[in-house]
Amino acid sequence: MLEITGLAKTYGTGDRTIHAIANVSFVVEDGEFVCVVGPSGCGKTTLLKCVAGLLRPTRGEVVLRGRRVTSPPEQMALVFQEYGRSLMPWASVQSNVLLPLRHKKLDRDERSRLVEESLEAVGLTRFASHYPWQLSGGMQQRVAIARALAYQPSILLMDEPFASVDAQTRGDLEDLVLRVRDEYGITILFVTHDIDESVYLADRVVVLTHSPTEVKEIVPVDLERPRDQIATKELPEFVHLRGHVYRLIKREQPAPVEALTTMEDGR
Amino acid sequence: MSRYRAAKIAAEIAVPLAMLAGWQLWTVHASSQFFPRLSTILVEFRDQWLFSQFGTHVVPSLQRIALGFVIGAVAGIALGIPIGLSRWARLWTMPHIEYWRAIPPPALLPISILLLHSIGNVQKVSFIAFFCLFPILLNTIDGVRSIDPTLLETARSYNVPKRERIRRLVLPAASPQIAAGMRTSLSLAVIMMVLTEYFSSTSGIGYVLLISKNTFQFAPMWAAIVLIGVLGYLLNVLFLLVERRVLAWHRGWRAATAG
Repeated sequence: MLEITGLAKTYGTGDRTIHAIANVSFVVEDGEFVCVVGPSGCGKTTLLKCVAGLLRPTRGEVVLRGRRVTSPPEQMALVFQEYGRSLMPWASVQSNVLLPLRHKKLDRDERSRLVEESLEAVGLTRFASHYPWQLSGGMQQRVAIARALAYQPSILLMDEPFASVDAQTRGDLEDLVLRVRDEYGITILFVTHDIDESVYLADRVVVLTHSPTEVKEIVPVDLERPRDQIATKELPEFVHLRGHVYRLIKREQPAPVEALTTMEDGR
Repeated sequence: MSRYRAAKIAAEIAVPLAMLAGWQLWTVHASSQFFPRLSTILVEFRDQWLFSQFGTHVVPSLQRIALGFVIGAVAGIALGIPIGLSRWARLWTMPHIEYWRAIPPPALLPISILLLHSIGNVQKVSFIAFFCLFPILLNTIDGVRSIDPTLLETARSYNVPKRERIRRLVLPAASPQIAAGMRTSLSLAVIMMVLTEYFSSTSGIGYVLLISKNTFQFAPMWAAIVLIGVLGYLLNVLFLLVERRVLAWHRGWRAATAG
């Protein structure tokens, strides 16, 4: 279980203090798929980095399975949005997946078995000795996912992982994540700005306010699994949930002119 | 593309040959003692360097270049990585690096002889190594700083230990720039070799150059100059061949991300 309690993050001091996150609390149960959505620039990535132990929260705490997170925990893996920048261009796909395993106390056979299995899980067995830049964007993100799986985490954090691939690839990758989650029995905390994606994937959707960020509402998603890109999205419940989340976020958006400037600032 | 190839052959072979022919024609006509005929120089070159003096003078020079270059490179990379990784280290070291690299090498030649009590190999190799250090050091620092923070954060999130991070991420990420520094240093090594040997030595190509000049033997002097040029050129070609293999990923990656 992952518990986030009263988490706050401010940058700077005095007059220049920026309150990125005001107060965020929620829980991710073991095996659960939780999506975090919010208006753009609401500090989703900051939140995720605090959860991952890469940033220290100003207030509040993150507890994973009874242990307070102060540095990146062993049972946690992180997949970034920028696949092109999180993979090593000088190393083969295989070596990239091997990176987090080299320092783990495993014997050689165990290591290569983990690499093979995770590459197979994302369907990249044939590309093991390619360089990442020889692959398409979607395939590169699959390498990053394979690397996370090989690390054998109990929880996987994903930071807008599919934001920079085309719509069709995105659908495929969403289904890949759902499948892999069942195979590996992994807990997933998934940050996205895409409302459809959050409802399609999640057991619960955590909707955030804009900065200084708080939890606006936690929306349970009781859509049947396995989910299907066409059938699930045609269900009236899906349409209803999507609309509900959409309204929550829309009400968060500031007036149009202001929205435009914050968007420029955020991206 | 075939036109480009033809131009490449012309630029690399035909034009230099034409220039040599021009040199020969001009020297025959001018008959100046300072500018011997090309044919005389080439005969001299063959007699001296292929290969009767090769062991006594070329091998020592090459050894000095190799040793000085390798020491300079190892030191430059070993110092450049911690300096590149730490803002504080840069704060304290950069003024000194900038100071020493601004000094022209000949200015340090006398002191190197006094300090090391030697005009032998120790002095020569240290002198070459000292000046090979700076381009590699500065490029390593820059290369280390240019590493993508996302990549380091990824490694940190996977608890990759610092030594592994340096070996698997920092060093390869900086390698294209380290190679650029090494290439500069390699040509510097040739210059420093000639300089130290010309100044004070009992062997080496620079020494032959000095002796020929002092004894008014201009054909051997020119032969030594030709040899130095050829050596520098070949060393660069050799370096590029190795770089092409080692950094093949870099060219591919750049081509892939450019589009």
